Amino acid sequence: VLFPQAHRMFGQSSRNSVSPVLLLVLLGCALCVPAQASKSSEDIRCKCICPPYRNISGHIYKKNVSQKDCNCLHVVEPMPVPGNDVEAYCLLCECKYEERSTTTIKVIIIIYLSVVGALLLYMAFLVLVDPLIRKPDPYTQPLHNEEDSEDTRSLATVPTLAGARANTVLERVEGAQQRWKRQVQEQRKTVFDRHKMLS
Amino acid sequence: MDQKGYRRGSFQSATSDEDMLEIAGASVDFSMADDDPPLDREMGGFSSYNGGGMNGTSTMMDFLEEPLPGVGTYEDFNTIDWVREKSRDRDRHREITNRSKESTWALLHSVSDAFSGWLLMLLIGLLAGSLAGLIDISAHWMTDLKEGVCLAGFWFNHEHCCWKSNTTFTDRDKCPEWKSWSQLILGHGEGAFAYILNYFMYVIWALMFSLLAVLLVKGFAPYACGSGIPEIKTILSGFIIRGYLGKWTLVIKTITLVLAVSSGLSLGKEGPLVHVACCCGNILCHLFTKYRKNEAKRREVLSAAAAAGVSVAFGAPIGGVLFSLEEVSYYFPLKTLWRSFFAALVAAFTLRSINPFGNSRLVLFYVEFHMPWHLLELVPFILLGIFGGLWGAFFIRSNIAWCRRRKTTRLGKYPVLEVFVVTAITAVLAFPNEYTRMSTSELISELFNDCGILDSSKLCEYVNDFNSTKGDDLPDRAAGPGVYTAMWQLALALIMKVFITIFTFGMKVPSGLFIPSMAVGAITGRLLGVAVEQLAFYHHDWAIFSGWCSQGADCITPGLYAMVGAAACLGGVTRMTVSLVVIMFELTGGLEYIVPLMAAAMTSKWVADAIGREGIYDAHIRLNGYPFLEAKEEFSHKTRAMDVMRPRKNDPPLTVITQDTMTVEDVETIVTSTTYSGYPVVVSRASQRLVGFVLRRDLIISIENARKKQDGIVSTSVICFTDYCPPLPPSSPSVLKLRSILDLSPFTVTDETPMEIVVDIFRKLGLRQCLVTHNGKLLGIITKKDVLKHIAQMANQDPDSILFN
Repeated sequence: VLFPQAHRMFGQSSRNSVSPVLLLVLLGCALCVPAQASKSSEDIRCKCICPPYRNISGHIYKKNVSQKDCNCLHVVEPMPVPGNDVEAYCLLCECKYEERSTTTIKVIIIIYLSVVGALLLYMAFLVLVDPLIRKPDPYTQPLHNEEDSEDTRSLATVPTLAGARANTVLERVEGAQQRWKRQVQEQRKTVFDRHKMLS
Repeated sequence: MDQKGYRRGSFQSATSDEDMLEIAGASVDFSMADDDPPLDREMGGFSSYNGGGMNGTSTMMDFLEEPLPGVGTYEDFNTIDWVREKSRDRDRHREITNRSKESTWALLHSVSDAFSGWLLMLLIGLLAGSLAGLIDISAHWMTDLKEGVCLAGFWFNHEHCCWKSNTTFTDRDKCPEWKSWSQLILGHGEGAFAYILNYFMYVIWALMFSLLAVLLVKGFAPYACGSGIPEIKTILSGFIIRGYLGKWTLVIKTITLVLAVSSGLSLGKEGPLVHVACCCGNILCHLFTKYRKNEAKRREVLSAAAAAGVSVAFGAPIGGVLFSLEEVSYYFPLKTLWRSFFAALVAAFTLRSINPFGNSRLVLFYVEFHMPWHLLELVPFILLGIFGGLWGAFFIRSNIAWCRRRKTTRLGKYPVLEVFVVTAITAVLAFPNEYTRMSTSELISELFNDCGILDSSKLCEYVNDFNSTKGDDLPDRAAGPGVYTAMWQLALALIMKVFITIFTFGMKVPSGLFIPSMAVGAITGRLLGVAVEQLAFYHHDWAIFSGWCSQGADCITPGLYAMVGAAACLGGVTRMTVSLVVIMFELTGGLEYIVPLMAAAMTSKWVADAIGREGIYDAHIRLNGYPFLEAKEEFSHKTRAMDVMRPRKNDPPLTVITQDTMTVEDVETIVTSTTYSGYPVVVSRASQRLVGFVLRRDLIISIENARKKQDGIVSTSVICFTDYCPPLPPSSPSVLKLRSILDLSPFTVTDETPMEIVVDIFRKLGLRQCLVTHNGKLLGIITKKDVLKHIAQMANQDPDSILFN
């Protein structure tokens, strides 16, 4: 008697354990790209800024050294002051260790721009192309006032729980898209028209 | 009845968890069993109200009566039943623990179940940190895009563009690879025409960004606008808003947040980052059954995700946890504290490894100075606190008035046009003043900065006397002309920011409040700091200064005043206390400054509370009418339950369902003719003795399912909520047994119970409704909405503003 339950739970949990693994793999790939790329030698430096001192003008020194060598004595070359003044000069200089990853920046900006571009294209598609190729939507709900909508939705969503499985992938995608469009329409009504939320 | 009483008694006395299965059709005779009684395996386990004892438990053991999909879930814009969810989780956990003794696989399953929480926190931290890194880097780049472009690679912002080139000391910001727009188009960067061209391009870019943001929000995810924190507070208190923490909202909020911040509008990204992190938490919850099916456990995860969001926004993990505890969460069990800290740390670590600011810092304005302050400086700090409180109260009043106007008048019908106009005004006013042209984070960073020898900004143009410099410590000096210019420019910037933020917060783009408030406070603080510094310099022989601020000493740090001002203004608006101080000192690394920060935060909170009771988030919750039962306020009126319950004296009597005499048709009529979300079940209309409570949604689902799946259920079938249905003549249609959806232990109070206690019960247990009895008979019902309306009425506010159920 316990085995059907265990089997069902096991089935559920193994279905659930596939997706976290997949997500972890994706996340790992996404993160290892910038991690690997940060080792480029151009992206590490020690920058020392030295202000004007007596008759020497201010200068900025940059050198590719490791973090523990990032101080005035290692980086400021050639030293513009004679030996006994070096300490006083170095006290004025400010040295900072900086590193960056150009690959990370490039990848992130390109990802961002491509997502924005994709969203813009999809919006253009929905606004311009979609109404032309689609017949009038049989699922558009008739206009009814707010009090009814929750009720009819609640009575209407119940049958869809056991709703008919779409046959082809395309029909399933279209069904999902219709549901999503309806959802966005509802959200838009709530936020923009009825001002029920988020004003 | 007798069996029921016996069962209830046996619930409390039975100690073993051995579940026996109920055999189909047969009912077990209780009177013989003095060992473990069979427990009814009901869906939606009802906890025993008298604490402890057995629960009518999970469905997993009952292979005969499987849970219908949909039973036990909630409608959109409804409140969850905390008690039911928590007891369901306890049942689930108990079952897994019991089963773990049976096989190795079950043991592994129980171990993995225990660790699933930690794995989920890890994933949330990783995802939130990565998204925050993406937002930071993109926002940095796009902000600079308004001013120019990098020829060495268009993806570099100004600072990274000039990273490699050899800059001179005097012109540290300029390099040949970075071209401003006028330089690109005209070939040179000087002259009036170039200035006008730069101005024009700045405004055009700002308008493009904000228009794109509002179109994306309107087109794809209308829930992505605003700050998100008031709605998340409501969700965490038990409200359901479907889609608010969904995938599309996450994507659109991330993208449009970058656009909104880059367009130069007076808003920040900290509040929306909390929303983004909670979306990540909600989406990742779907991977684990334990959290997907249980709304109460999910809210624990969301609390931790909110902590991770603040942690990456400020680089303050501890501050993030405290913010989640103080501002966002409703119930915060101790277990959540440790897990939130873990999530916040993982998120901070992920962000640090992506390294958006090139110096291993998490926030743009991390400063690290350790100059001491003197006790007499507490006077200006308290002045800053008073200013912060006054500004906070002013901002809340005006912003709520403006948002109310947006909600009720025609202004709300043109959201895109509103964003366009506000951006145009902001951009046009911001460009001429260099302190408003730079992004607000950079402005705060510059204001927090203590002037050293190497700083060449206008704010640091003091009259230098090189002979007296000893190392990097500069004494207090007289202000040069640059400082005076900076002062009046900063004053203009202050006025502009104070007024434009009122119109910006609440627009239909993601908008946060932390950075603009900190900017207002930082500007005021810096102005006051420079004033005190100059006062100390020119009048170092006055009694108040002579003791500690001699000539040539470095005693006043205007950067510290800016920090304290920022904390005061932020505290005045949000009414944060501990979390604010912790965030500020995690931002600056200066434990020495806790006392000034606390003094300013406390003063600003007292002053602001004296003027208006609510913080900005609570004010927005009240404006939108969310059903949020404020946990911090005391209910101090002497009303009783009978004054609040429904039905009132002139109303029709309470709609009840009898336990075994109503037909399917009767129940359907009741359900369709009323809009209540639940109905009490009584023994009979004459006696009005309470049996239990049944939810509308469960009723609808069960009846629909029974009509389709079970034979013989027609409109005249009798619905029976008891175990032993009364025998019917053989010709009548079969009985529909709905005992499994009945909550056998609804909470009841008597009609003489003071409302203080009722409100306390609602708050502490997270109830949705409570039945009222008189002399043992059912008299009425109090729902959470009734409680909220009553509180609003007692506070002389508009009780009709409570919109949701």
